[in-house]
Amino acid sequence: MGYRSFQAKLHYLCAKMSHELVKIALNGEPFEVEGPLTVTELLARLDIDPRRIAVEHNLVVLKRAAFGHTTINAGDQVEIVNFVGGG
Amino acid sequence: MQPDIFVIADRTFSSRLIVGTGKYSSPAVMVRAHDASGADMITVAVRRVNISDRSSARGPREHSEPSSGAESLLDYIDTAKYFLLPNTAGCYTADEAVRTARLGREAGLSHWVKLEVIGDEKTLFPDNEALLDATRILVREGFVVLPYTTDDPVVCRKLQDAGAAAIMPLGAPIGSGLGIQNVNNLRIIRELARIPLIVDAGVGTASDAALAMELGADGVLMNTAIAGAQDPVAMAESMKLAVRAGRLAYLAGRIPRKLYASASSPIEGLVGR
Repeated sequence: MGYRSFQAKLHYLCAKMSHELVKIALNGEPFEVEGPLTVTELLARLDIDPRRIAVEHNLVVLKRAAFGHTTINAGDQVEIVNFVGGG
Repeated sequence: MQPDIFVIADRTFSSRLIVGTGKYSSPAVMVRAHDASGADMITVAVRRVNISDRSSARGPREHSEPSSGAESLLDYIDTAKYFLLPNTAGCYTADEAVRTARLGREAGLSHWVKLEVIGDEKTLFPDNEALLDATRILVREGFVVLPYTTDDPVVCRKLQDAGAAAIMPLGAPIGSGLGIQNVNNLRIIRELARIPLIVDAGVGTASDAALAMELGADGVLMNTAIAGAQDPVAMAESMKLAVRAGRLAYLAGRIPRKLYASASSPIEGLVGR
């Protein structure tokens, strides 16, 4: 392992352990959350039932099955929607 | 009489009345109104989850009162009984409407969408150019597209040609309760429509819904006329009956209009002549 990749791995591990705050745009508003994290983790942190919502990640609508392996990184744009009354 | 079934795309509906879920005074009233309406398809809107309500959810859980955002519309809709039709209400561009339709598909259980692309805030009239663009995109993506449009026969024909599953011209502006404003346009649209024709918006009271059906509409979609009535449950039932009555009158074939009288009783055998 070269010094550079060692440094990168160290940085990654430190970030994972220290839970860095990542800044994202969540439903159009600035939002800070400990991460990086998956969509499933974000929903759990927000106490949102994943069965009743839909998520758009950087303008791509996610299949529900992808929530667990889609990682949200700093600068990402996330939209979480649900159904409300309408005509 | 032949069985009168209502089919859109590959789905059969028992009711020709489609109702909304907006503007109700309470979820309980909505549930009872839906039941009274006899409808089996109901519209819902797709909106951002309120995140600020949920920020507290990151702290220790409070058990006293749920945050307002924790309550879901779907808690009040039996999805085994009602087919959900997500709308793109409030979208002003084809892009917004397409994104919203895709989100609605993932949040729900179907690939159906009531497509709205609004062009003007005050009238909520659709932007038909953007509506056509969005219809073409969503049809290509496999959606069953039900576009809300003006009562313009040319636009309706273009939407039909673009692959819409139904055409849904307005009777009058959304929520206006003015009733059917252009009877003759609806007649023309009836003649050209090879797909279901659903009058969407503008109904104020039962006779408006009956008139739409008498003109040959295959269905009527409404929200405010029921939700905004003083007694929404009673109005829902009246709309159920009106849609049914109008449909039967259309199938029965009305008499032609004449300027002068035509006696109903025999003119022979009158006493004293």
